[in-house]
Amino acid sequence: MATSAAIPTNAHAASSEQTGLWSWLTTVDHKRIGILYLYTALFYFLVGGLEAVLIRTQLAKPNLSVVSADFYNQLFTMHGTTMVFLVVMPLSAAFFNYLIPLQIGARDVAFPRLNAFSYWVYALGGLFITLPIFWGLAPDGGWFGYAPLSGPTYGGGFNMDFWVLGLQILGISSLAAAFNFITTIINMRAPGMTLMRMPMFTWMSFVVQFLVILAFPVITAALFFLQFDRFFGTHFFEVAAGGDPLLWQHLFWVFGHPEVYILILPAFGLVSEVLPTHSRKPLFGYNVMAYSGIMIGFLGFGVWAHHMFSVGMGPVADSIFSVATMLIGIPTGVKIFNWIATMYGGSLRFPVAMKFAIGLIAMFTIGGISGVMHSSPPSDLQQTDTYFIVAHFHYVLFGGAIMGIFAGIYHYFPKITGRFMSEKLGEWHFWLNFIGLNLTFFPMHYSGMLGMPRRIYTYDAGQGWDLFNLMSTSGTYLLLVSGLIFAYNFFSSRKNGAPAGNDPWGAPTLEWSIPSPPPEYNFAQIPEVTSRYPMWDLKAPDRTAGIAHSHADAGVIAEAHAVPVHEETERRTAKELGIPIPFPTIKPLLVALGIVVLFSGLIVLHAGNFPLAMATMLGGGAFMVGSLYAWLTSPLE
Amino acid sequence: MATATAAGAHEAHEHTHYTTTGLNHRKIAMWAFIGSECMLFGSLITTYLVYKGRSVVGPFPHQPWTDPVSGKVFPAILDIPVTSASTFVLLMSSLFMVLALAAVENKGKPGYEGLLGSSKFWLASTAAAGVIFLVFQAYEFTSFVHLGLTIKTNLFGSSFYTLTGFHGAHVAVGVLWLMTMLFIDIKRGLTPKDAINVDIMALYWHFVDVVWIAIFTLVYLIQ
Amino acid sequence: MSTDRAHADHAHEHPTWKQYKWVALWLFVITVLEVWAYYIPAFVASKAFVPSLLIMSAAKFVIVVMFYMHLKYDHHLFRKLFTGPLIIAGCTLVAFLFLFAKV
Repeated sequence: MATSAAIPTNAHAASSEQTGLWSWLTTVDHKRIGILYLYTALFYFLVGGLEAVLIRTQLAKPNLSVVSADFYNQLFTMHGTTMVFLVVMPLSAAFFNYLIPLQIGARDVAFPRLNAFSYWVYALGGLFITLPIFWGLAPDGGWFGYAPLSGPTYGGGFNMDFWVLGLQILGISSLAAAFNFITTIINMRAPGMTLMRMPMFTWMSFVVQFLVILAFPVITAALFFLQFDRFFGTHFFEVAAGGDPLLWQHLFWVFGHPEVYILILPAFGLVSEVLPTHSRKPLFGYNVMAYSGIMIGFLGFGVWAHHMFSVGMGPVADSIFSVATMLIGIPTGVKIFNWIATMYGGSLRFPVAMKFAIGLIAMFTIGGISGVMHSSPPSDLQQTDTYFIVAHFHYVLFGGAIMGIFAGIYHYFPKITGRFMSEKLGEWHFWLNFIGLNLTFFPMHYSGMLGMPRRIYTYDAGQGWDLFNLMSTSGTYLLLVSGLIFAYNFFSSRKNGAPAGNDPWGAPTLEWSIPSPPPEYNFAQIPEVTSRYPMWDLKAPDRTAGIAHSHADAGVIAEAHAVPVHEETERRTAKELGIPIPFPTIKPLLVALGIVVLFSGLIVLHAGNFPLAMATMLGGGAFMVGSLYAWLTSPLE
Repeated sequence: MATATAAGAHEAHEHTHYTTTGLNHRKIAMWAFIGSECMLFGSLITTYLVYKGRSVVGPFPHQPWTDPVSGKVFPAILDIPVTSASTFVLLMSSLFMVLALAAVENKGKPGYEGLLGSSKFWLASTAAAGVIFLVFQAYEFTSFVHLGLTIKTNLFGSSFYTLTGFHGAHVAVGVLWLMTMLFIDIKRGLTPKDAINVDIMALYWHFVDVVWIAIFTLVYLIQ
Repeated sequence: MSTDRAHADHAHEHPTWKQYKWVALWLFVITVLEVWAYYIPAFVASKAFVPSLLIMSAAKFVIVVMFYMHLKYDHHLFRKLFTGPLIIAGCTLVAFLFLFAKV
């Protein structure tokens, strides 16, 4: 292709110290950390996808034994754990990192080194929980780790140790990142960027960070109880001692339900960027979109027990959680209608990003409707723990979160790399993905309604499930093919894609005013924002005539040295411009390493080697504290 | 999670950079962290309360218990006079902490001379109070173990030691932080410019105190 | 948010030494009352015991947060960052007590 023309590089990227392996290990630049998140999460997407392929191969026909029953347990546990904690959350984190500072007109996040720390904890924690599968020691008690199956009595092997400790480690990463982004969004918006002018992706990310800081401490506490049961002989979930397994379920779902919104809201944010851009029309009902996001987040803390209708909580509790769950359908429905209204009357374009965004609306709606079915306890009792539930949450997570993230990848790839992804291969990816996902998950509604339970290793013929399972398995293979097409497109477009300028899509928000890929300082001059759609004010003022415009205080503008929004063409380095840039540092990686070593000590303890366990934990702990002090006493920039 | 917050220290660069609200980055992060900690301690306290009275064997917090097998009598475990004293010490440490902050904020101003205007004195007092609280807790734990209650004995032991142990760990982190601050004060002297760092540390310290206020009532006093 | 900017020279006034000591005195007095109540068997047996202890404890909580943590004087943002999570934590706790038939 003639399109492999050189992208004008920013001068800073030329020097070798900015490109070698060491530069990636020590980077504190939010954009590079975002890229690290993106690559790592895509790698785990492959891992989780292959786990799914093995599961579906085992279930293709009745009474197969492609894998052992034991290994099958590990596969479905790790498929869920991987997709939730190592794929969808980090893919969202990749966008938080890359986009939030760019969308609010900032040069970095509030705590750049803490940001690197979050990534390294995630990367190392991911290995910690993933590698054991090669020794057949992967977690095997489900991604929800229900006690007492995950406790010492019934799960005495090492398997669930890796799950309990791995989730603790990953929680540290999410929490640290959430404090960072909350501070960034509150305190680093450019002059004039009021909360109600923030791009919708930043809004949804803001809500998600609050869900993280409120939901993760609950699972942290629950995991500590389980950890103490497993390693120190406490009785939290031991029935004979009066412990109550229901407490685990409640604590898990107090975390687990907000977690669902942690997974979906970033994707909602991404399509809320894609749809207005390609409809060439402002987002319909911006305020309502922001408020419904907050509403979803808030109500998300009051619906957890709808995962537990079958345990028998009594009519009062069932009714309350049922009504709350139905209520949460309202703000979600509002979003769906607002996206449709955004497209209505717009001047539509259909690049792959737009197709995925529209795909999200359609697929998420199907998953949302089956979700409302479960909110009614009598109906849920028929469906719970069947493949109907599996169909439901794959429509919202694959059809919703993953489709939204794909829309985001196709939309933002030109910003991140300076080149377009191939639209032609993208079409193949989209349609195979779309057909594959419906072929995989739609038949599960039927197998579920016919009574096929979740998580079973195999099944007998003659129960009416055979055809539906074969369809699901074929769909999975289609999804694998579409995923490989995506991977090829992604990697080849990095080098050969057509060059994209600052603003390849004619998009309305700040990140499109700067070069692609952006220079390390993002904005040579901090922009002053006067409306919700600053780039359309410049390029297509007729689209923004109907929305509010106003200037920030002159004092604030002067203090920030802000200039009006303009297309940035600056190519000089930060040094030449006199912009302070944080020093690269290895210390966040070292602290993360110390934490993982510290937790690994407990595995050694379980193996019965007390002196080595103490040495590992004390050594890891001392290394962590030492590295932390070294980090805190060295200057940032 | 304490690591996550501590990692924020010395990180922000608001003195040379524009901020939207004019507030300090780290102070915002600390308040968000404290919000998050509400959920952590909320979960721990909830678990203690849910499991209250559900232990199938003694000893119990507020009533004596006779082991039906051995016939041995175990006294009520909780020792209110001792814990009241340690509660008092922790409350006073909060007073010392605000006085340390005032001393740093007003360093050199009239009324802040001598020992009572010395940030070193108040920081040292706060840290000392924290250490005394921890010594009380160590004494309490060992005496409970001697009375026959370990973390493995029953649900009360499991949930009690976990809840108060987590609080103690937070106090220990706070003491470490206070001592680091004291070390800096001795080495180069804290000035009003450093007040924000002391302010953020103080928020953490007071929050740990506030958690103890809740624990003292819900665990120790209400039977 | 430009109207929310707290200008560099601290819009908030911290309480004075004298106030700090009064606060400490109040905290001390309430704690003494709490422990005292614990040692009156008739009061412990009465229905007023638990509510009155909860109220006293809440009062101490609020006093420390408002005065020692300066929430009364500081930027409104901090109040939101604290009270939001506190309310969610409180509601969750109460919901658990109902679910496990403790109240």
